[in-house]
Amino acid sequence: MSLFSKENRETFFSPLWKNNPVTMQVLGICSALAVTAKLEPALVMGLSVTIIVAVANLVISLLRNTIPNRIRIIVQLVVVAALVTIVSEFLKAFAYDVSVELSVFIGLIITNCILMGRLEAFAMANGPWASFLDGLGNGFGYATILVIVAAIREFLGSGTLLGKEIIGKEIYELGYMNNGLMLLAPMALIILGCIIWFQRAKNPELND
Amino acid sequence: MEDNNLLSLFVKSIFVDNMIFAYFLGMCSYLAVSKNVKTAFGLGIAVIFVLLITLPVNYLLENFLLKSGAIAADIDLSFLSFILFIAVIAAIVQLVEMIVERFSPSLYASLGIFLPLIAVNCAIMGASLFMQQREFKGVGEATVYALGSGIGWLIAIVCLAAIREKMAYSNVPKPLRGLGITFITVGLMALAFMCFSGLKI
Repeated sequence: MSLFSKENRETFFSPLWKNNPVTMQVLGICSALAVTAKLEPALVMGLSVTIIVAVANLVISLLRNTIPNRIRIIVQLVVVAALVTIVSEFLKAFAYDVSVELSVFIGLIITNCILMGRLEAFAMANGPWASFLDGLGNGFGYATILVIVAAIREFLGSGTLLGKEIIGKEIYELGYMNNGLMLLAPMALIILGCIIWFQRAKNPELND
Repeated sequence: MEDNNLLSLFVKSIFVDNMIFAYFLGMCSYLAVSKNVKTAFGLGIAVIFVLLITLPVNYLLENFLLKSGAIAADIDLSFLSFILFIAVIAAIVQLVEMIVERFSPSLYASLGIFLPLIAVNCAIMGASLFMQQREFKGVGEATVYALGSGIGWLIAIVCLAAIREKMAYSNVPKPLRGLGITFITVGLMALAFMCFSGLKI
């Protein structure tokens, strides 16, 4: 099988939109909602999850024939926890502000269902390269949703994107106000609900 | 420290710092298992149970093993906390699974795949990480926090299950059916729960 065969491309691209882990497989919702009040932490979070899920998929796929079936969950968790520890220490060293903002949610990547879901469903049954691509695809799919939700919330809630002013002073002088509700937790849920609505209206075959 | 501190922590962890509505922890199983009230209640009880055991254990580990200076003056093992916490949680979930299978096969059958998933339920791990971050004063506080957040989670999942049972009769636009409307419902419930913020006893 060549490195970029049709199946491999499918493995990589389908989680980006059609089989998105957040909106279709309902995995990894917890952190998807909690870190999306601003764009920057959402980007960092999306990137961290992508790296961790790709590497964890690779490692588990290499080990898959040597892991006894009964204790596989613990083995998977230890691999993931080790990777998350590395990422967390790395963020503390090089991006301290963001790591404070993300607080417990970096640690919670361990229990992010995307990881366990992909490890169980894909890495335990497929070769290393396909698993790596699957991890990358799912990570990017997750990051995409995170970035969309965070961009909407930061733009409407604070009038900024990545901390830069987008809405000029003149518009504020005309009486425009930031929608503070957007920064509160419940709006993340409602925006995600609307994204799912939009996605399923576009692809009627996805309807329940 | 005031006398009513524990009570205040308890009420706060149920309503104000609700695991679902304030931090979105444990959403995956929350959405997947909330189709009928009975299963939802069973899962809620299982979560409370697991929280009640894991949190004090992790608290003791954190304070007597991992903290800098806990075993020897210049050893700081706190970077191991993620691995240790998740190992404790996974082991205890395995234990709970065996106990439930032995004493209540019907509950075991209805919880099915979701029992092992408690191991990766963010609510459990999240409670341990919050415990580490907030530096509780003793095992008592950690236990009360575990009980409170467990009950908060139970209330949230039972409410959602009840709403979803009723919603089966309403005419939702087709693309919104299932996941979409559930998200919006949870969002509205979270808005309602926000009226508890600032609650003090």
